[in-house]
Amino acid sequence: MPRIEVIKESCKGCQLCVPACPHGLVLFTKTEINQMGYYPVEYVDPEDKCTGCMLCAIICPDVAIRVYK
Amino acid sequence: MSDVKTIAEPVQEKLVFDRPKSLTKRGFTYCPGCGHGVIHRLVAELIDEFGVQDRAIGMASVGCSVFSYWFFDCDFISCAHGRAPATATGVKRAHPDAFVFSYQGDGDLASIGMAEIMHAANRGEQITVIFVNNAIYGMTGGQMAPTTLENMVTTTSPLGRDPILAGGPIRMVEILANLDGVAFAARGSSSSPRNILKAKAYMKKAFRSQIEKKGFGIVEILSNCNTNWRKTPQEANKFIDEEMVKAFPLGVYKDVFADKSKK
Amino acid sequence: MSESQRELMKGNHAMCLGAIRSGARAYYGYPITPQNEATEYMSFHMPKAGGSFIQAESEIAAINMVFGAAAAGVRAMTSSSSPGISLKQEGISYIAMAELPCVIANVVRCGPGLGNIAPHQGDYFQATRGGGHGDYRTITLAPASVQEMAQLTYKAFDLADEYRNPSLILSDGVIGQMMEPVDLATIPAKDAPKKDWAVGLGQDKRERNVHTTIYLEPEDMAQMHLKLIDKYDRIRREVQYYEEFRTEDADILIVSYGNSSRVARTAIRHLREEGKVKAGMLRTISLWPYPYRILNEIASNYKAILVLEMNWGQMVEDVRLAIGDKTPIHFAGKHGGLLFTPAEIEEFVCAIDKDPNNPKTAWTPIR
Repeated sequence: MPRIEVIKESCKGCQLCVPACPHGLVLFTKTEINQMGYYPVEYVDPEDKCTGCMLCAIICPDVAIRVYK
Repeated sequence: MSDVKTIAEPVQEKLVFDRPKSLTKRGFTYCPGCGHGVIHRLVAELIDEFGVQDRAIGMASVGCSVFSYWFFDCDFISCAHGRAPATATGVKRAHPDAFVFSYQGDGDLASIGMAEIMHAANRGEQITVIFVNNAIYGMTGGQMAPTTLENMVTTTSPLGRDPILAGGPIRMVEILANLDGVAFAARGSSSSPRNILKAKAYMKKAFRSQIEKKGFGIVEILSNCNTNWRKTPQEANKFIDEEMVKAFPLGVYKDVFADKSKK
Repeated sequence: MSESQRELMKGNHAMCLGAIRSGARAYYGYPITPQNEATEYMSFHMPKAGGSFIQAESEIAAINMVFGAAAAGVRAMTSSSSPGISLKQEGISYIAMAELPCVIANVVRCGPGLGNIAPHQGDYFQATRGGGHGDYRTITLAPASVQEMAQLTYKAFDLADEYRNPSLILSDGVIGQMMEPVDLATIPAKDAPKKDWAVGLGQDKRERNVHTTIYLEPEDMAQMHLKLIDKYDRIRREVQYYEEFRTEDADILIVSYGNSSRVARTAIRHLREEGKVKAGMLRTISLWPYPYRILNEIASNYKAILVLEMNWGQMVEDVRLAIGDKTPIHFAGKHGGLLFTPAEIEEFVCAIDKDPNNPKTAWTPIR
């Protein structure tokens, strides 16, 4: 199953990945704060909708997203 | 029998997108949403793809990317403001087989370093220039750059850039494309995944220009400075797509690979 | 010892030959009088030696090309004359901070401003006090002959590599332009040393090399400063070059360098032949580090010291730093790009010999 992994300690919460995902699977939930003091985004995909298209990872300025297929 | 074995094995998950090898483990120190991180990654991916990490030598400029040597895992020189193309020239002449690139911002390349970039290009130095244009001096707090758009408000053009007093945005790749020494000149953008992929394709040709000894290669990449533009990263990227591209049209301005007669 | 092979050469040519024979393989320069012979010579001979030559678009570009070549481990050089050296100061400051070896030659002309193209010694402070922004020093050697243009440039590369520091050759329009024999045996061709800290190829087999001059954290910068201070102290101890001429029995000691010292030598000989005054000379060859030690040791052997410089009085401050109030110091300057004549030096020496404390010619920092 394709999926992504958000490297929470690298994410600065810029949210550019949020609209980049065609399925809205990357969410800015503000539920936790990382060591840099940012809210990292969360990957929420209960229905396995991720296609591994990599758009979120391509737009990410901090290489904070890994993509698996 | 082999079929049985395949079915029995769990599906192997493959990592298809990860940090390129040519980036160090150090996290970028740029503002959230800044285009530098994307452009760094593209450069590093191409260093990996061309297999030149063992002979890549980068020139850091002065500006936000002054510490880019923290992030690229290869030999580096932190150059004087605007002088990276001259320093790159000295390095490349010493090591013609090295992959020499400079990573410069718009204040560095198009203002204080105008002479160095023009002449390095005109000599056809076998170097690759990554030119990040965010229309502003980011590091020093958002002053007007030579690439600042008309009427754009900066800390030194508080009423907007007045073209009568301060000129208009300077289009570097168009100017450089006129020089014989230039093998490849293009302008891309880091504003969307689609543009990023296109920018990478341009950068790939600028890499090839050097590796195949065709001449000087430059890619200008429109990037956001959301902090100094006083916008969110998303608004800033939208500003690139809607406003900045009017002054700085995207596309290829010189391509030695496209011109069959030059091959 | 190999046999001497003498060849008649111009000073600027000799300097370049010294550089190439010391293994220099990169030269970047910009036209300016009176050093053009250097750039012209290098445009032909540097590529012939397998090195790289570029007529740079500016002095600034030239010094930054040297920065790149030096970082890449090549013995690299640029040359210019006073206004051009001012332009290079930014680059020299960076190179000093990055601790990279290179040689910068200043064939000094008369300033300030555009001045004129006549010889002068007005760049002494700029050369010996760092010259650009920040606290640094460059090893500065002052040739007084065409032979020394070759030999000291040759030496300057060795010193630059030994200490990983830029070296300066401080000559002037006369030394650069005139022709004299050079003994080529004193500058045998050699290869430059290998540098494991240089940027370059084969990075998969070593740690990466980074050359930078920015240390944002004051604590880091302080560490770097301490390292430089240590290095400069070591250079101060190990590099103090000078020549003594007829100092043993002298009453009056002339202190001079470069072009001025040549005229002083003639004057000293003449004064002795005429039986007028027993004068001698300490010719300083390294201007930074300044030969304070020898000057301090010998100063009290003389009735007075006469400092000769083709400027308004710069090195005289170093003489004072070296000897304090031990011996009266007199200063004679020469202005506008004019040369000293032996007669006027003789006149000065005679006057000082008669009245070593004459306040009219005595030099003091206290006004």
